[in-house]
Amino acid sequence: MANSLAEQLANLRDTRVWRSIFRSGFGPTNLHRALAVQQNVFLHLSSVKIRKRSLSFRVTWFLGTLSLGTFLILVATGIPLMLYYHPSVPQAYADMKDLRFAVSAGVFLRNLHRWSAHAMVLLVFAHLFKVFYRGAYRPPREFNWVIGVVLLMLTLFLSYTGYLLPWDQLAFWAITVGSNLISAVPVFGTKIRFLVLGGHTVNANALLRFYVLHCVVLPLAAAIFVAIHFWRIRKDGGIYSGEIKKP
Amino acid sequence: MSDDAKKPEGAENDAAVSRRQAFVTLGVGSICAACAGAAMFGYEFLAPNVLYEPSPVVNAGKPDGYPAGSVTQDQQSAVYIVHGPEGIYAMSAVCTHLGCLTAWKPELGIIACPCHGSKFTRAGVKIEGPAPHPLPWLRAWINEDGDLLIDRSEPLGQKQFVRT
Repeated sequence: MANSLAEQLANLRDTRVWRSIFRSGFGPTNLHRALAVQQNVFLHLSSVKIRKRSLSFRVTWFLGTLSLGTFLILVATGIPLMLYYHPSVPQAYADMKDLRFAVSAGVFLRNLHRWSAHAMVLLVFAHLFKVFYRGAYRPPREFNWVIGVVLLMLTLFLSYTGYLLPWDQLAFWAITVGSNLISAVPVFGTKIRFLVLGGHTVNANALLRFYVLHCVVLPLAAAIFVAIHFWRIRKDGGIYSGEIKKP
Repeated sequence: MSDDAKKPEGAENDAAVSRRQAFVTLGVGSICAACAGAAMFGYEFLAPNVLYEPSPVVNAGKPDGYPAGSVTQDQQSAVYIVHGPEGIYAMSAVCTHLGCLTAWKPELGIIACPCHGSKFTRAGVKIEGPAPHPLPWLRAWINEDGDLLIDRSEPLGQKQFVRT
């Protein structure tokens, strides 16, 4: 059975359709493996080869991978949540309540989204601390550190914009306080606040703007910067796995 | 190819460089102009011209509804109407720290902010807390129907009482 399944898979990989999609086949040689990574749009961001040491838990605590994992969970749970949520003042709070009490598995998706969001903020911070204390931000990886800081900001903005969407008292006052912090920016503070909220108070315009930022603009920006981040890991010589011993 | 054949080609390239330079300058210039235009366009688009927000002027009803010595908070419009010995005055209930809604505490006789603990007297004077300024007074007047009106759009610089 196992043999025949393996044979069938081998046959499948030999078909014209398969080869048109994947070009290089699998194979026992390093060249085959390298081509499989290199010719895949997603895998090619990563290195074809890495040091075995950089795979060990103590080097990274897998914090970057875990951050990506929470981001993927947030995308996968966020899209279904969008199907029941209307970003409008009369409906937002009721929709959030519906998701918790009326929609099948709504409470699971919402809670998974919420807890993953908290976890992502925590993991991204932990990732940056780990990178900092190991000195992995040093040249030639200094630009990737900057990309990482941008990703931290995007994570915080995603967290902040998502905070308004339940449209409850906590959300309303948190965004009122947060947007008043923007007013402290010299010269342009009140103008920026006006643009962010689309008005003078946290209102219908603010809810819609935060929704668009949370669901479209910021995730798209995060995805682009994540791609650059991963590609730079490869370009900067792989994951930093320790001091290079000088002769 | 001989050297003779190469020379005119090189000369042609030399001439093309300056023309190319001109086009590059033109191109970069147009892109800069387009970016500046897009930034202005974007700003104009993002700043709403019409706001469907509540009117800054609120009708607080007849002044008789505010007996002497009372402090009344209107939750909806975020104003205090205080009837002191010198007359009625109106104050914003929005904390000057980060914009939370303050609350009148009758048992303590003070106004307190639930967010970060700022405290104010009934005249809006800061007692303590992170708030940088006192609660602003608002312009109040009696209209021809005898109703008390309050303008929340901008803070008054000085004290102003409505005498009934």
